[in-house]
Amino acid sequence: MTLTPTHFTAALLFSVFASVVFGITQRSTSREQVRYGLYCFAMFVGGVFAAGWFMWILRR
Amino acid sequence: MANSSTAKNSPASANAEGAPLTTMAVLAPAVGWFIPGAGHLIQKRWIRGLLLMCSIGAMFLLGILMQGHIYNPNGGDILDILGFVGDLGGGALYILAQVLNWGQGAISHATADYGTKYLIVAGLLNFISAADAYHIAIGKKP
Repeated sequence: MTLTPTHFTAALLFSVFASVVFGITQRSTSREQVRYGLYCFAMFVGGVFAAGWFMWILRR
Repeated sequence: MANSSTAKNSPASANAEGAPLTTMAVLAPAVGWFIPGAGHLIQKRWIRGLLLMCSIGAMFLLGILMQGHIYNPNGGDILDILGFVGDLGGGALYILAQVLNWGQGAISHATADYGTKYLIVAGLLNFISAADAYHIAIGKKP
């Protein structure tokens, strides 16, 4: 069985798993962990869009 | 000099440096490295442990399914050695992949490179998870 996700799907899945681990390991209380996890996820996805638009500008 | 002696006398650093080396402080990171999330589970942090196990396990599995490359210990090239260190963080998952000869086939599509990165990052995240299990064991983290 082989999985061939799109670049965006792969980046999104990566963001979810990395954010969960960062949230749990980098903060102490449950509330802070959830908030930090969501913050990391937003940064990852924001970074994907920023990098995407940057490459689009470079290509033009 | 004055700052360093002040820091040594502060209660926070005394707590961090003088943490007793208990059985759990040795066992938790070791078990956590070998089985992702298990370092938290043996300390009764059920939800955290399960979330770590699912996240790291799923990341490793997706890396394998994307035909990511598993690095061998005798890579030779410095980047191969670094890749091996990352992969090794997966603990039992890495050993299982080596035994079952996963991640050794020829790469046949572009996203396989993502798979390789998934495998390395899963291992690195597991190192962080094991360090977190140690911090819980010595009482530095609730």
